[in-house]
Amino acid sequence: MKIEPLGDAALIVRVCDEVGDATEMISAVCSTVGIIRRAKIPAILDLAPSYTSIGVFYDPMRTRQPAHAFESIRADIERAMGSNRGTTENFQGKSIEIPVCYDAEFALDLERVAKHTDLAGEEVVRRHAAGQYVVHCIGFMPGFPYLGGLARELATPRLSTPRTSVPAGAVAIGGSQTGVYPQRAPGGWNIIGRSPLRFFNVEADSPALLMTGDRVRFRSISRKDFEQMKIDD
Amino acid sequence: MIKVLRAGFLTSVQDLGRIGFRDSGVSQSGALDASMLRILNVMVGNEESAAGIEFTHGALRLKLSDNRRVAWGGGDYQVEVGQTRIPPGHICAVSAGEEIHIQGPRVGARGWLVIAGGIDVPLVLGSRSTDARGNFGGCDGRYLIDGNELPLGSEVAWDKLKTPSPRISGWAAPQSWVQTGGGNAVLRIIRGSDWELFDEPSRQAFLLSDFIVAAESDRMGVRCSGSKLRKIINRDMLSEAVAPGTIQVPPDGNPLVLLNDCQTIGGYSKIAHVISVDMTIAAQLHAGETARFRETTLAEAQDLAAARAEDFALFRVGVRMHHL
Repeated sequence: MKIEPLGDAALIVRVCDEVGDATEMISAVCSTVGIIRRAKIPAILDLAPSYTSIGVFYDPMRTRQPAHAFESIRADIERAMGSNRGTTENFQGKSIEIPVCYDAEFALDLERVAKHTDLAGEEVVRRHAAGQYVVHCIGFMPGFPYLGGLARELATPRLSTPRTSVPAGAVAIGGSQTGVYPQRAPGGWNIIGRSPLRFFNVEADSPALLMTGDRVRFRSISRKDFEQMKIDD
Repeated sequence: MIKVLRAGFLTSVQDLGRIGFRDSGVSQSGALDASMLRILNVMVGNEESAAGIEFTHGALRLKLSDNRRVAWGGGDYQVEVGQTRIPPGHICAVSAGEEIHIQGPRVGARGWLVIAGGIDVPLVLGSRSTDARGNFGGCDGRYLIDGNELPLGSEVAWDKLKTPSPRISGWAAPQSWVQTGGGNAVLRIIRGSDWELFDEPSRQAFLLSDFIVAAESDRMGVRCSGSKLRKIINRDMLSEAVAPGTIQVPPDGNPLVLLNDCQTIGGYSKIAHVISVDMTIAAQLHAGETARFRETTLAEAQDLAAARAEDFALFRVGVRMHHL
């Protein structure tokens, strides 16, 4: 583990190298997030986990010695990590099944993906819906999950010109990852379907439906099911 | 209530930001100059975290529906109530029905107006700040538009206070705190984790040459152009946490100074970070302006932040004495 400054009011905890197995990396990151949270270090305000590291945002004025805030927080984190060493905590994210309607009306770029991957459209859909995915991180926009685990043959480069508006719930492939747009936004991923679920809701206790480390499966649904499940916002 | 007769350009409700939801991908948001918002709030008797109005390059006309004290600070704006000019960092008593006019800036980019009681839009994820990308917070999750009406909180502990007479207080906040954005910005930086990935000429150029602020800058970040910054090895990087103040270098070699609306994670190389006390300067960078980066150490950055906090604590005591 390596701890480096991220400016003078944040630091970055590097949990593992970039070479390991993705699922193990996510598990290590999530376990470390849990340890830091449970240590309840008063100056720590916010955590930003991603693939192999965690951004830790702190208020220097709430450390014992504001003029040595970084050293103080680093020592607190190292202490928390040290006292948890050996405790084999197996991180388990929640498992979620996400309904997706892959109808042509929603699958704006299915043809493009089919062409690139040299597969029939139905085969792209079948393989996408059969996959098991893990949330590598949440970012780009509130609640946007970067999902790892896409079948290698489905990888498709992003659009050369991003769309100015992608609808909320759009399920898409971007390079070797897949994800879901939680709200209407500009975006360059290949859209292959749409989910009726709400992926970001500021009214909820946990505003993002998916969090780093969660395990995801997609389930193909009909247009009729989509309409029934859709919650208007 | 405050009625927005003319919203200007990129005017938004901001407080000290939305903290604690980065794991859900929620940006920090908040006033780009958080110190300024704190100073102005203390002056009018608000909680330091009360929401105010941030404005960017534009003409505003606002009308209050009851008597309120207001204060503003930022770039070189002209702020008037009726025919009276309100200097930055003074308290001004505005009566119901009077209009506040804001014009400018001649220099700088942004300004902040606070009103006693604060802008009382609902808290969303713990903050009143506008997240215009996420479309929540502030007023309908958007920049203000003509005709918006903003609720105000009740003025706390102000009944006993004297109305400034004449209407503008004789005392003011230190002018260097409330008049910011003088141009020719020098931003102090500390090295980022990818500093070593850049070649020596690029590192030298970063610290010694002038950069020009590009027009396509916004609350997410300030784009600069000048010497192209090149890495020794180009490799794909996994996205990881970035912070307001982080200076990223995209493949085009032009540094990008992130501001409060930046994404929570980013995949570009981090050459450096602007130190906290200089975010006041970063918030005023405007298109065409020259900006330079000067290296300092983490130790100095933390010393400066601690010293500023001490100055501010003294100011808070001083304001209370003026108000008694």
